[in-house]
Amino acid sequence: MPDHIVSAFDADLGELRRGIAEMGGIAEKMLSDATSALVRDHAGLARNVIAEDPRLDDLQRLIEERGILTIARRQPLAVDLREVIAALRIASDLERAGDLAKNVAKRVIATTGQSQPKRAVTGVERMSDLALAQLHDVLDAYAANDVEGALSVWRRDGAIDAMNNSLFRELLTYMMEDPRSISFCTHLLFCAKNIERIGDHTTNIAETIHYLVKGEPLAAERPKDDRSSFAIIEPPAADGRK
Amino acid sequence: MIEAVLSAAPTVTAEPAAAATGPVRIAVRKLDFYYGDFPALKGIDLDFHDREVTALIGPSGCGKSTLLRTFNRIYSLYPEQRATGEVILDGRNVLSPEMDVNELRARVGMVFQKPTPFPMSIYDNVAFGLRLDGRLARAEVEARVEEALRRAALWDEVKDKLKQSGTGISGGQQQRLCIARAIAQRPDVILLDEPTSALDPISTGKIEELIDELKRDFTIVIVTHNMQQAARISQYTAFMYLGEVVEFGPTSRIFMTPREKRTQDYVTGRFG
Repeated sequence: MPDHIVSAFDADLGELRRGIAEMGGIAEKMLSDATSALVRDHAGLARNVIAEDPRLDDLQRLIEERGILTIARRQPLAVDLREVIAALRIASDLERAGDLAKNVAKRVIATTGQSQPKRAVTGVERMSDLALAQLHDVLDAYAANDVEGALSVWRRDGAIDAMNNSLFRELLTYMMEDPRSISFCTHLLFCAKNIERIGDHTTNIAETIHYLVKGEPLAAERPKDDRSSFAIIEPPAADGRK
Repeated sequence: MIEAVLSAAPTVTAEPAAAATGPVRIAVRKLDFYYGDFPALKGIDLDFHDREVTALIGPSGCGKSTLLRTFNRIYSLYPEQRATGEVILDGRNVLSPEMDVNELRARVGMVFQKPTPFPMSIYDNVAFGLRLDGRLARAEVEARVEEALRRAALWDEVKDKLKQSGTGISGGQQQRLCIARAIAQRPDVILLDEPTSALDPISTGKIEELIDELKRDFTIVIVTHNMQQAARISQYTAFMYLGEVVEFGPTSRIFMTPREKRTQDYVTGRFG
């Protein structure tokens, strides 16, 4: 697309994109570090993650301010208006993703030193890897205005939902087998849920990219496979019979 | 500053999801127009819907004002300007030699960019056209003058100074006087050629409000350089370039998701 006749308009839109790229980098690092802190039981690393969050919040506020000013000043139309709206939406999704990573880090600090069912932690780590890949890929798709790339992320999210389902059941089983693990496993449940929510935010970003490039919202229903809300595990019978 | 922006009343009117479109009032078919040998319009095919506002937009020299001027044959005042093809209003081709231009110009009123009040009283400005064929009684002329000034949202401001000169009022009022003059004839169509380009924002707002009301009774075609104005007040928009219609459609589509790259480049200010 050719440049705007008024170059300051291009500069305004460029600023918004740069802000999103910066937010994306921070959110990715927060998720990666929070997971690392969980796997290594590293409270110091978890505290770093929590310390990153205010910067993300500031960036979101800045992008919102710039976006609103751009609308007031330039009265953007068509693809320009969608650019601004997309930046506002994606900033909001990235800010939430950062919050969710921060919450994982908080729980790492809360469970420092407690015994961990290693298999469960590995499960969360694998979920986090998927979420991190989705976040990275959707941000690449945004930078390139790549609808196909965005839709591929949109479709992949089901895998995270499936892992969350099985992890949920697994954790319930651990807790029933050994009540001493209840505290840690409960925190782990929340961590898994937070990561599943990060995955959802990446699909929101994917939908926004579709709207930005195509000019209309994604019509299809995203495949939603999170069934943890319906999961029930039968406890063993009181006399030991199973 | 942001607070002021966010609390200001919105000026974009929402487009109803599937607006009932009226029948076509003016059908332009294979219209060519020449200034001497220069083809200013090439094969124009366009529909103008009854009692809707259609905006004509495009860069300077695209032919939008030329197109407007074929509807009331005002070009026929100039010998080297000619049109071929059809402009069909209510089943009759207005370009045909059988069409009576005076009758046509009563049915198709026009308002120009620079307000053009006659050098006579406000009352006489509006009454002038009504008195031309001498058929109306004085009381009826008076009633029609008041009706026109009311509908042009000017009555309250001038009712106590109707004998004052039409040139002695402000630019925005003069423009509304010209609109009153046009609607006094009870036309079917009102043509507006950049009606607010020379006016301040408040007068512009009043005239946009007026157009919104007038479209209930008149078919309106407006030429405008102001993209946001076209987006605000029209239901249909035609984007023209170098004498041709590049794209035509519901205004919301033209300004939000245009199909042609040239249209998008123009409305987003990338046309260099």
